[in-house]
Amino acid sequence: MSKIHVTTTINNEPVEFLCDGSQTILDVLRDTLGLTGSKEGCGSGDCGACTIMVDGRMICGCLMLGAEAEGKRVETIEGMAQGDHLHPLQQKFIELAALQCGICTPGFLVASKALLERNPKPSEHELRYWLAGNLCRCTGYDKIIQAVMEVAADLRK
Amino acid sequence: MNIAKSNNKWIGQSTLRPDGADKVTGRAAYGADATMPGMLWGRVLRSAHPHARIRSIDTSKAAALPGVRAVMTGRDLVEFPLDKPVILGIQDMRWISRNVMARDKALYAGHAVAAVAATTAAIAEQALKLIAVDYEVLPWVIDVDAAMRPDAPILHEHIRFDGKPSNIAGRLEHKLGDVEAGFAEADVIVERSFKTEPVHQGYIEPHACLVSVSGDGKATIWSSSQGQFMVRAMCAYLTGLPQSDIRAIPAEIGGGFGGKTIVYLEPLALVLARMSGRPVKMVMTRGEVFRATGPTSGSSSTVRLGATKDGRIVAAQGTFCLQAGAMPGSPIRGAAGCSFTPYDIPNVHSLGFDVVSNRSKVAAYRAPGAPIGAYAVECVMDELAAALGMDPLELRLKNAAKQGTKAAYGPVLPIIGYEETLKAALVHPHYQAPLRPNQGRGVASGFWFNAGGESSAHVSINEDGSVVVVTGHPDIGGSRASIANITAELLGIDYRKVQVLIGDTSSIGFSNLTGGSRVTYASAMVVTRSIEQVIKSLRERAAKLWKIDPEAVTWEDGEARPAGDNAGRFPPLTLAQLAAKASETGGPIGAGVQLNTTGAEGGFATHICDVEVDRATGRVWVTRYTAFQDVGRAIHPAYVEGQMQGGVAQGIGWALTEEVVYDKNGHVDNPSFLDYRMPVASDLPKLEAVMIEIPNPKHPQGVRGVGEVPIVPPLAAVRNALYGALGIRFSSLPMSPPKVLAALEPDGK
Repeated sequence: MSKIHVTTTINNEPVEFLCDGSQTILDVLRDTLGLTGSKEGCGSGDCGACTIMVDGRMICGCLMLGAEAEGKRVETIEGMAQGDHLHPLQQKFIELAALQCGICTPGFLVASKALLERNPKPSEHELRYWLAGNLCRCTGYDKIIQAVMEVAADLRK
Repeated sequence: MNIAKSNNKWIGQSTLRPDGADKVTGRAAYGADATMPGMLWGRVLRSAHPHARIRSIDTSKAAALPGVRAVMTGRDLVEFPLDKPVILGIQDMRWISRNVMARDKALYAGHAVAAVAATTAAIAEQALKLIAVDYEVLPWVIDVDAAMRPDAPILHEHIRFDGKPSNIAGRLEHKLGDVEAGFAEADVIVERSFKTEPVHQGYIEPHACLVSVSGDGKATIWSSSQGQFMVRAMCAYLTGLPQSDIRAIPAEIGGGFGGKTIVYLEPLALVLARMSGRPVKMVMTRGEVFRATGPTSGSSSTVRLGATKDGRIVAAQGTFCLQAGAMPGSPIRGAAGCSFTPYDIPNVHSLGFDVVSNRSKVAAYRAPGAPIGAYAVECVMDELAAALGMDPLELRLKNAAKQGTKAAYGPVLPIIGYEETLKAALVHPHYQAPLRPNQGRGVASGFWFNAGGESSAHVSINEDGSVVVVTGHPDIGGSRASIANITAELLGIDYRKVQVLIGDTSSIGFSNLTGGSRVTYASAMVVTRSIEQVIKSLRERAAKLWKIDPEAVTWEDGEARPAGDNAGRFPPLTLAQLAAKASETGGPIGAGVQLNTTGAEGGFATHICDVEVDRATGRVWVTRYTAFQDVGRAIHPAYVEGQMQGGVAQGIGWALTEEVVYDKNGHVDNPSFLDYRMPVASDLPKLEAVMIEIPNPKHPQGVRGVGEVPIVPPLAAVRNALYGALGIRFSSLPMSPPKVLAALEPDGK
């Protein structure tokens, strides 16, 4: 079976890759392009560890085919920091111990950033429901919620 | 009673974890993140039958498929006869061997029976379909009570109980005093029976490894586990390779909670890599994780408590039957040993049974067994308090274990902080806060042993005075930050000058598992001893430069100072200055220590839980939760709080929604995160963690393990709260919406 040629943009850089028709964009990111920051926890869209942005929409990378990235704008955790300048969410997650093992962290960060871009003043209730598609087994979510709420308040200043 | 923190600059500070930036940018490399040139993909064929004899396996068609480079079965692993134990730590390699791949029998649906390595994952998958296994399907049993019946299908013919083949594979008994005489004294006796379902550890990272074998036969294993030394030892046992030919490199670990204290994939990838001469990567799907790894035991328990009218508990009896999965080894020690330990009871009889059935072999899960035992005991405590007309916290306080109390599982308790957790709970605003209709409040306590054991560390002073600390424990939740805090404190230097690394099996001495709440406890001990040696050397070097006696040099605030008669005679020498002069004062500066650490005293906790019930759906919401715990000393408070909050969240899941469900064919019916329902952010309220610091006198920094005891009380705390809300005493978990609804509408309206 011949491979599909895809031209796309990943973290603001032009990228071309070849993929099988059955490969997910998560497989392509991780196995073909070496962008392993997006994690696979379930492969079925239930855990959110592979959360990425495609044309400004938050999606699970395990539920989209690589071939579907043609002409799209893909953003992953690797594009969140500017050089060694961490995004405020990244900085706050470290400061407030909002991660323990860290495997879910990239997904939480991408999802939290997406929320704050759409709603700069979420209530805690809205935040908890927005993040309900991201599983964390270590923290009980408490410090994650606290971190995002603090960043939201800081960014509004 | 917080110990004074004013003297400490780094211990007690919530510093930025050393691995933080890597983990928020996606740079941190977990088990599935490694690749190698020429790498093959390994896949596992799993039994569709819950119990079947394997007559033969024909792999010839799979092996002939283009792209397939190796095919293996259980025959390619070292065989350990069933009648002779092969103990490695808390595991028995007879069973680990048969669990990683079936030999004569497949013992659960999902049990590995063969594995393939191929140039692509798709070819490997295709090859699995070409393997022909000839099964003789056998009768099977899933439930723990059913497995104990005399007519139950027997999993292992050589296991006997009362002289007959049985699924009861083990028994553990703790006795204190005379339990019958104790009950004879009692004015009030409450006896209840309970069931819990198996729950999975639920780590978000599936098991994963990459194994490469060089031309001279030496293997390198890159994998995510709770112990690189465990990986090395188990792979050596299972393949026959000497440990010197295996280097196990710990990847960052994406959650374990006990579930990664044994191997599944590593030995298979090692065999496939040796067969093919190519690196082999294996990653489980989430479905495989649910079908073939963990969980912890389901259980069937009966607890009886007797008290005098004035609220003194005079007798306790507990029977805890734990389902082990297909191979012996359920955590009966945690259930039978921990459950009565919070209380000073003169007469105790605690009995545990280890029962095999056709489910995946259980693995450790946070305070293994203790939540199961505590659930039963703490539910009965609640009913006993009601029967006595006492406040449930006051009943606990009246009977609380303290220093000098004899525990039924053996020891006389040392300095512990259980009473302090109760007193803190009694005066906390949460305990007095008003409740609305359909809301209820429950309390429960818990105990966990904690552990010491083998640890190794090496501390090196760099040429510029910065420091590298290497330990041997995978950092599962921030332990590198704690070690950096302790190192900075003891040396008197800035925290940011300390680098903490986790060594592989060839770069640091043996270190036992990350488990038992032992990592900060044990590694702090070996790091402290190492730093003491480093400081001694620094004092000697300063003395040499000053030409005075080393005894006349002190180490304070990160510098050597002349003391006694010499005080003030020389300007102090900082760590950086001494490091720069290392060559002329004796060479590189550093020290390593390896110890079997002891003195890890147990941890106690008391929790308050509020729930609200939606009567229309049966859904239970936890509306407020406060956990009180004796944490010894919080080296890094934010991560201690995090352990408490994380344990509570897992306990709430166990109480309300989590269960591994089996269908009528003996298959896991909910092998996905959609159907195995772990708490999500919108399910939980703020989880308040109240740290009470009663330092452990046997530890240089007063540390007690903190990670496990927080999962012990929630099961009963939630259940007791539900009684407050509904007046219904549930006797099984999970208290999921269908069960609650059925209890609210018993006639099915």
